[in-house]
Amino acid sequence: MAKVVLTYSFARQFAGGKTEHEVSGQSIRHLVRALDERFPGIGDRLNEDMAVAIDGVIHQNAFLEKIAPDSEVCFIPALQGG
Amino acid sequence: MSSQHYKWIGTRPNRPDGADKVTGRARFGADFNMPGQLVGKVLRSPHAHARIKSIDTSKAEALHGVKAVVTAKDFPEQPNQIVPAGEMQANLRDVTRNVMAREKALYDGHAVAAVAATTSEIASEALALIKVDYEVLPHVIDVDDAMKDGAPILHDHLRTDGLTPPSDKPTNIAKRLEFVKGDIAAGLAKADVVIEREYKTAAVHQGYIEPHATLASATEDGQVQVWSTTQGHFQVRGFCSRLLNIETSQIRVTATEIGGGFGGKTVVYLEPVAIRLSQKSGKPVKMVMERSEVFRASGPTSGGTLRVKIGATRDGRIVAADTTIALQSGAFPGSPVGPACMCSFACYDIDNIKVIGFDVVSNRPKVAAYRAPGAPIAAWAVESTIDLVAEALRMDPIDLRLKNAARKGTKTHYGPTFNTIGMVETLEAAKNSPHYKTPVKPGHARGVAAGFWFNVGADSSAAAHVGEDGTVTVISGNPDIGGSRASLALMAAETLGVDYDKVRPVIADTSSIGFNFVTGGSRVTFATGLAVVNAVRDMIENLKGRAAKIWEVEPDAVIWENGYAKPASSNVGKFEPLSLAQLAAQAGKTGGPINGHAQLNAQGAGPGFGVHIVDLSVDRDTGIVTVERYTAAQDVGTAIHPSYVEGQLQGGVAQGVGWALNEEYIYDAKGRLQNAGFLDYRMPVASDLPMIETVLVEVPNPSHPYGVRGVGEVPIVPPMAAIGNAIARATEVRMLDLPMSPPRLSAALDAMAPKRAAE
Repeated sequence: MAKVVLTYSFARQFAGGKTEHEVSGQSIRHLVRALDERFPGIGDRLNEDMAVAIDGVIHQNAFLEKIAPDSEVCFIPALQGG
Repeated sequence: MSSQHYKWIGTRPNRPDGADKVTGRARFGADFNMPGQLVGKVLRSPHAHARIKSIDTSKAEALHGVKAVVTAKDFPEQPNQIVPAGEMQANLRDVTRNVMAREKALYDGHAVAAVAATTSEIASEALALIKVDYEVLPHVIDVDDAMKDGAPILHDHLRTDGLTPPSDKPTNIAKRLEFVKGDIAAGLAKADVVIEREYKTAAVHQGYIEPHATLASATEDGQVQVWSTTQGHFQVRGFCSRLLNIETSQIRVTATEIGGGFGGKTVVYLEPVAIRLSQKSGKPVKMVMERSEVFRASGPTSGGTLRVKIGATRDGRIVAADTTIALQSGAFPGSPVGPACMCSFACYDIDNIKVIGFDVVSNRPKVAAYRAPGAPIAAWAVESTIDLVAEALRMDPIDLRLKNAARKGTKTHYGPTFNTIGMVETLEAAKNSPHYKTPVKPGHARGVAAGFWFNVGADSSAAAHVGEDGTVTVISGNPDIGGSRASLALMAAETLGVDYDKVRPVIADTSSIGFNFVTGGSRVTFATGLAVVNAVRDMIENLKGRAAKIWEVEPDAVIWENGYAKPASSNVGKFEPLSLAQLAAQAGKTGGPINGHAQLNAQGAGPGFGVHIVDLSVDRDTGIVTVERYTAAQDVGTAIHPSYVEGQLQGGVAQGVGWALNEEYIYDAKGRLQNAGFLDYRMPVASDLPMIETVLVEVPNPSHPYGVRGVGEVPIVPPMAAIGNAIARATEVRMLDLPMSPPRLSAALDAMAPKRAAE
């Protein structure tokens, strides 16, 4: 199962205050779906304005990206650049 | 240098657009014209905060030569929700109100109406005939004031996102963020030294030399053409499509040459207005901002208030780091407080971190991106405090940072664990630089600071075409701000094995190449470079197939080497290698034109780190700071064209020097901007700066075939703190607020004088 990490304030707002979650799924799409089943409504927020770091590599629009069973998946605020 | 085994990468040829730019032939935003075009101008609010009770445009419309007038009524209402607009996230309800004020004017300079007329003089006269009935409201400029109970509220609907439980109280605080790693109280309990300070930074503008400019032509059949000085013509298309309810296929946007953007040209101001004026008048409409409009109405970056507390043990190990960052977002939510929070302590491996951020609206122009948005503001406070820790521990500032540097395996406070990064290498390069090894001259003082930026990838498309003579055109869709044409051509030449001057890079309009995300986030050489490499590789497969047909062998029996198709082995047969020109000459007989294409969402941009060293002197009588020597060391991945990498570092430093020493938005008591021009908004000029030395630390990015890492953001992150740290050593005055301008520094020195005299 992948380790999903949420920011502290996001976890308090949408995931009962727990920042780390064990979630099974082969892609970001599956992880988001599984989290949304646990915390209804979190999926829209994760898809809407969050970037994802999979094993330390930041993805701006992750959806189909593969997840290894021991992956670390962190949802972070979306980035912009100058 | 990691580029030794390359033929073209790492070389410094002239840029393909260089001759046009130095001879004045290059066409920038204001250089485009169409027959019969009208002049568009904008009426702007003189009030910082006012309800718009009515707008009477009848006299302006009746003026001879006026062909169209628009107000917010000409732009459809938009939903209050975040939606993709040209692949950026934007609240269209806010974007349309920023383009044209609706219920209220929210800042001095906010657009309230626009006209299109046959001449500039008539357009100005028409603006004067528009009667706006305002109800002036109390305003708020300062971020701390805007957060107070009882502050004038900009948006009645705004509630603070991120509060648990949610609040239903109207507020100017749009968002609260919190990041926690470890246990901050436990960390502080272990500390032998704890330093805590509060800092402020001023809003500063990107200061691009070229003002916003656009030309729009809408025709009766619904098609729209736009020429715009922009960092992202696909974003212009996306925003205009959404704001005006026009299908994207009906809008064709051409990016002109661009005279600087630095993030400030990733949004729209004039383009939707020019299109609407063109639709109403039936004529092309050209709009060019005055410099004062650029300052009053286009996005600066945030100013902010920051508190930082850092605890360290006697041996120099940082055991706790705590910060609160409140950033102005301008009139609508959306400051870079998220990146500011995440970048704050990203340079360091610290067990216990707590970061709280606030996104705060006030009666200022909506902020726009500016190189490494948010990171320089956080670094000003964090790197100043780390310098205080180094002073308290009597440690060399680079040694303290080395002892705490992030490295592969460091778990950041915002979640991800770092892969291969170059923070340690960059610190060591700075420490071993000729600058740091040279003793500080008498009368000078030295400061050091570090900085971090994520870098981004995102969507890019590219194509490569072989001409009938065997030369190559590489087509992409990102405006070239910092030499990207040259970098893309170098990568194409390297991949294809031909000379650089056989490759001509072209930037296509939105109808001539697939989607490309903005030129921003230091992504083009990385992401569009990857698309170009893949397009060339696709073309090479095509070329190998053509050779196979000519030789009547299987395609996998052909290899591509140094610009030639060759048999993969002697078993294939004895064939003379075929050059690009030979294959191109026979293209018609072997299957038609030879092209390659690629499209991708690039991942793995790889973060960058910078360490800056500055030597400076301070005139104690005037408070004037002279930068005597400056060195910027940075982890740049592979320097594809080292001159343009060095230029990015030098440009970032120059802007950082201005941010540190002079630049600020100054408002009067009525909330009106007082310094909307380059005479009063002081940016550095060449005579203010020494030659900025660079140290390129090449730690190749494993996610790119040539190791590219974005370089344009990081160099603006460390300068303010490096300069503040040097000023502290020079004067024993620790400046906590930016800018450290002569009047402020002079006042601080004067305040210090009695204490010094007593000592």
